[in-house]
Amino acid sequence: MNVANEKVINDLLRPIGYGKGFLIWMSFLTAALVACLYAYVIQLKVGLGVTGLRDYVSWGIYIANFVFFVATSLIGMLISAVLGLTQIKWASPLARIAEIISLAFAAVAGLVIISDMGRPDRFLYLFFYGRIQSPIIWDVTVVTTYVVISTLLLYLPMIPDIALCRDRLTHVPKWQRKLYEILSVNWQNSENQQRIIRQGVKTLLILIIPVALAIHTVTSWLFAVTHRPGWDSTIFGPYFVTGAFVSGTAAVIIAMYVFRKIYHLEQYITVDLFDKIGKLLVLVSLVYLYFNINEYLVPVYKLKHADAAHLHELFQGRFAVLYWSVQLGGLLLPIILLLFKPMRKPLPLLIVAIFVIIGAWFKRYLIVIPTMQHPFLPIQNVPIEYQIYKPTLIEIAITIAPIILVLMIITVLSKTFPVLPIQEVESHEDN
Amino acid sequence: MGNIRTGLKNASRRKFLQQLALWGGGSVLAGGAIASALHYEHKKKGVPHIKEIAEHTHQLKVNKEALSELQRRGREGIPGKRWIWVIDLAKCKNAQRCMSACQQAHHLRPEQSHMNVLVMQASEHTPAYYMPKPCQHCDNPPCVSVCPVDATFKRQDGVVLIDNQRCIGCRFCIAACPYNARMFNWIEPLYAKEDANMEYNVELNLPQRKGTITKCLMSADRLREGKLPYCVSACPNGVYWFGDENEDVVTNGTTHETMRLSELLEKNGAYQLMPELGTKPRVYYLPPKGRSVPVKEEDKEKAIEYVHHFES
Ligand code: SF4
Ligand code: SF4
Repeated sequence: MNVANEKVINDLLRPIGYGKGFLIWMSFLTAALVACLYAYVIQLKVGLGVTGLRDYVSWGIYIANFVFFVATSLIGMLISAVLGLTQIKWASPLARIAEIISLAFAAVAGLVIISDMGRPDRFLYLFFYGRIQSPIIWDVTVVTTYVVISTLLLYLPMIPDIALCRDRLTHVPKWQRKLYEILSVNWQNSENQQRIIRQGVKTLLILIIPVALAIHTVTSWLFAVTHRPGWDSTIFGPYFVTGAFVSGTAAVIIAMYVFRKIYHLEQYITVDLFDKIGKLLVLVSLVYLYFNINEYLVPVYKLKHADAAHLHELFQGRFAVLYWSVQLGGLLLPIILLLFKPMRKPLPLLIVAIFVIIGAWFKRYLIVIPTMQHPFLPIQNVPIEYQIYKPTLIEIAITIAPIILVLMIITVLSKTFPVLPIQEVESHEDN
Repeated sequence: MGNIRTGLKNASRRKFLQQLALWGGGSVLAGGAIASALHYEHKKKGVPHIKEIAEHTHQLKVNKEALSELQRRGREGIPGKRWIWVIDLAKCKNAQRCMSACQQAHHLRPEQSHMNVLVMQASEHTPAYYMPKPCQHCDNPPCVSVCPVDATFKRQDGVVLIDNQRCIGCRFCIAACPYNARMFNWIEPLYAKEDANMEYNVELNLPQRKGTITKCLMSADRLREGKLPYCVSACPNGVYWFGDENEDVVTNGTTHETMRLSELLEKNGAYQLMPELGTKPRVYYLPPKGRSVPVKEEDKEKAIEYVHHFES
């Protein structure tokens, strides 16, 4: 092992450990989470009536949030599997960040859906009385599978790095050393062990592609199997999947920036890497734009009776400001800006990515709510709050809770394990 | 030297593999144990399945043992019957007695209407009219298709019901129903305290439960007693005809006059709501032809607003 590699290892292992900054940040998150959980306790007690949901708009920001979570969790599949299997080398150092994001979002997505249930106490009925005909059952099945595969895909390639932690991080608390020892499953870096991991990872990389496609396609079917204008679409599957890559890539960019700054990884998460992932964001956004054009232009051309009201509300009506901000500020403008190289430098790219991810969240809002706001038959004989959906504070707090949880998971994982795969970085350095 | 190295390597590899296998085996075992425990829990009750013959695509299997007698018979329906509903729009004066009778029977809040009288208008130059809208008790019900736990189901006599002891409150069925026929108990139901000790009757959906769905039940409890639905009997204006498709007879809820169903439908040019969706409603409408009562001014405004809503 040469001096350069020695330095890489030291640099990448240095961020590990639970310092003061970590404790402050985690206490902040915990306090915020407790506040949000209190909101959930109120909801449990009083019922979903504490939200802005009513009989007409009966799915709101919880479901939008769920779709956003599932979407963002797809990024692991894009970076590790699609780019990994096609031997696109530049992305390989990012694989672990992408997998951490995937795992965190996918695991928490399940909780998001529980927060939307009227009877969370009957959650297990899904397993006792599950009807295979219902897309919800498909969703539960594939999301669980995806969480399992994502965990393995994070874990298996990390075993050599965990072994390094085991061998090198002697100053850490005892439980942490024990953890490394257990998780490194006696890794000795022998050829055979390497071969086993290589094969295992390869199998997982292939497996995860259909499963990832399935989770978001099935999520889109929760809407597409209904008759409602705005949901009754045959391209919802690919439309959702391509949109997922956009929000996931933006999430990775934000994570890259933060890890680079806080963990002082400027040398490894390079400016060049930002440039490349900036281009990737342009590519996935262009594909998504293409699906957007299909999704909106074709119905606009025909203006079928029920579609007309829906589209009018989006383009000129109550949702117009949001709609155009999301489509222009969260999709079109980022594409144009990122065509210029200076915009793909870390800081500008971070700002664009933040816009993209906020846009991505509100895009889910626009997919879920306006459609429910415009049923086929008129909304009559109900009080005003039944006619117009407005999320309540409690509902917003319960929506923020899973986001906090994701931040906590990402923080803990990134403080316990190296966020960059050491071997990959070494081979990059060698080149 | 070489031999020792390979030996060491092999040893470590073996250990590595052993540990991996241990982990893998352990999780498989744990999973298996949980699964078999659950299976056993199911088995030990030892009660066979009953099969519900629902509409063509909606054959459902229900675990008999989990259901009370009321629920079992509520899920089966009344053999030999095919309930059918005809609503004469020419007669409706928006008296809304149907709505209040229904709310009373099912202990609903004022904003919950299993039966909702809407004011409708087809286009700018056609007159407004009142349209009572219950659940259409679709023969191809999207709400039943999407329900993940078989909490809403189609019976052999055509009625679509909801079992609020099963419903998990996901509201997928609300999203799927194109007629907005389903309501949710967003908070504690109106008579939660008073009804607390009542045995759950799936045909009446009482007691209502927080966090579950409620919807028009075609008054399945009354049908069992051989009576007409609450709303049908409450109407003072002869709007509702109700009966059995198999017998081809319907009875008017106000006048108690009986008619041949096929004749009533044919003579009046009956239609269904949004038949193009393929939901196959069991509710027929007779067009609002030759109306004697005018629509109120404020209702006309509501109706035209709805027309513009789609024309924009
Ligand atoms: S009208 Fe709605 S609730 Fe009633 S059966 Fe049809 S889809 Fe289901
Ligand atoms: S809300 Fe209840 S009845 Fe409706 S789909 Fe969900 S579980 Fe079934």
